[in-house]
Amino acid sequence: MAETSAVTDWTRATAAQMADALAAGEVTSVELVQAHLDRIAAVDGPVHAFLHIDAEGALETARAVDADRAAGVSLPRLAGVPIGIKDVLVTKGLPTTAGSRILEGWVPPYDATVTRRVREARMPILGKTNMDEFAMGSSTEHSGYGPTHNPWDLSRIPGGSGGGSAAALAAFEAPLTIGSDTGGSIRQPASVTATVGVKPTYGGVSRFGAIALASSLDQLGPCGRTVLDTALLHEVMGGHDEMDATSLDEPVPAVVSAALEGAAMDLTGVKVGVVRELSGADGGYQAGVMQRFEESLARLREMGAEVVEVSCPSFEYALAAYYVILPSEASSNLAKFDSVRFGLRVEKSTVEKTMLATRAEGFGDEVKRRIILGTYALSAGYYDAYYGSAQKVRTLVQRDFDAAFAQCDVLVSPTTPTTPFKIGERIDDPLAMYLNDIATIPANLAGIPGMSLPSGLAPEDGLPVGFQILAPAHEDARLYRIGAALEASLAAEWGGPLSAQAPELEVAS
Amino acid sequence: MSSLDRSDVARLAGLARIDMSDADLDRLSGQLAVIVDAVAKVAEVAGEDVPATSHPIPMANIHREDVVRPSLAQDAALSGAPDAEDGRFRVPQILGEEA
Repeated sequence: MAETSAVTDWTRATAAQMADALAAGEVTSVELVQAHLDRIAAVDGPVHAFLHIDAEGALETARAVDADRAAGVSLPRLAGVPIGIKDVLVTKGLPTTAGSRILEGWVPPYDATVTRRVREARMPILGKTNMDEFAMGSSTEHSGYGPTHNPWDLSRIPGGSGGGSAAALAAFEAPLTIGSDTGGSIRQPASVTATVGVKPTYGGVSRFGAIALASSLDQLGPCGRTVLDTALLHEVMGGHDEMDATSLDEPVPAVVSAALEGAAMDLTGVKVGVVRELSGADGGYQAGVMQRFEESLARLREMGAEVVEVSCPSFEYALAAYYVILPSEASSNLAKFDSVRFGLRVEKSTVEKTMLATRAEGFGDEVKRRIILGTYALSAGYYDAYYGSAQKVRTLVQRDFDAAFAQCDVLVSPTTPTTPFKIGERIDDPLAMYLNDIATIPANLAGIPGMSLPSGLAPEDGLPVGFQILAPAHEDARLYRIGAALEASLAAEWGGPLSAQAPELEVAS
Repeated sequence: MSSLDRSDVARLAGLARIDMSDADLDRLSGQLAVIVDAVAKVAEVAGEDVPATSHPIPMANIHREDVVRPSLAQDAALSGAPDAEDGRFRVPQILGEEA
């Protein structure tokens, strides 16, 4: 494409532009990787999006891609485009901690399926991105290695648990990153950093090699600065994998073509449902968040969509059900950190004392809270009241979605009730922290796909606001069609993507 | 449903194999009681007639062919172990003095 030849700062380009320029011979993968490594060196001190940088590994992949391209070898679309991987995914030969001190220094002996697919796509891996410990959190403040800072305002949270993956995009340290979404950990960080993130249908992306938080809720997904870039990565990651018994045995949804179709800005015949329970000042939604949400609805109408209101009354109980189910599954999944096979060991006289001391030292407070909560919810005498009831609420939430999707093609809401808050503001109030995910959690309980994309800056504080789109299970493509339409409509007004408006970060010399 | 108290948290921490000092118990007990009270509302709408959902997309009987295929080599499996000996995970003694 014409404009790419004029690009001087490759870190500002989209992944699609980079792929096109690589194919056209206008830039090499080594140049792209080096530009991003330089950017990381310049700004990641204060942002702290990365836990580990693999400069040599990324350059080695880039050199091999460049050599193959020069030799005329046929390459995947994103070959040579660099990527960051959330530290929840195991990467053979690269340290993997899931943000926990209990795994400090662990180097996995195998690749996650998604890691393998990224390697097969010939994408240079820049490094591993920061996250709340074992993905428990909405701010990245629960990382065992210190918080990530929001590039829009370094005193504020970048969301969580995938704050590192989102901040890396917003700070132009990577054009694409991978996230995991158990209750909103892809969508909520996307919302507060003016980036795009998608939680695919449960089972759409293999979880093999993703360090498990809550197995019935976890789903890996793509993060980018544009809807099309996110779609390109979605197609790399997705697809059936026999190593994951919950993997869907069906083709990857055609999300790239859906994104291209959406960019034509014609939504004639599309029915959009506004979920009454996930918006409005009554629910604690900030005025500027609601204003940008309403404006986006008006744009959808202008493009031909019909907007209706729907009600999902059981959503009132979704947050409570989530904070029973997640800790229950997590308390079981995290039992494997026992000082025997990997990770930290605080040596005591017996195995049991060693386990007690190791887990006390290796886990942070939020992990301890949730393990204890889950142990309680699963214990004799309380199981029916807590875990059993929460599973029933899960059924009610699914029924609400079924009824709503009988009336419309997609559902929409603000992704988060507020713009990003200050680091430290909610750290001592777990319940207030949990409320960040009020609008994103229902999708995980039901297994349906969801996207967050930027809808503007809140007038009162100039900080990013996210727009959430939800679709029925297996209909991930609808997110991309409607998302790309809204993105194109907004970009026409802004003169480009919202991410370009992020304040310049101070560059380390 | 009653709220969690400090002794409950101490007992649960033992079950979950997490050592807790008095300071830990002081800090976490109050927060956990608030969370437990907040999530107790799940029981309000969970009627007898509502079936439970354990997985979002129901699937059953996922099998693969019963054939041998490559897996982690022994040295790879042991590569992250805090301690190993003779190709096995090595742990401190299993039984305490009092046992």
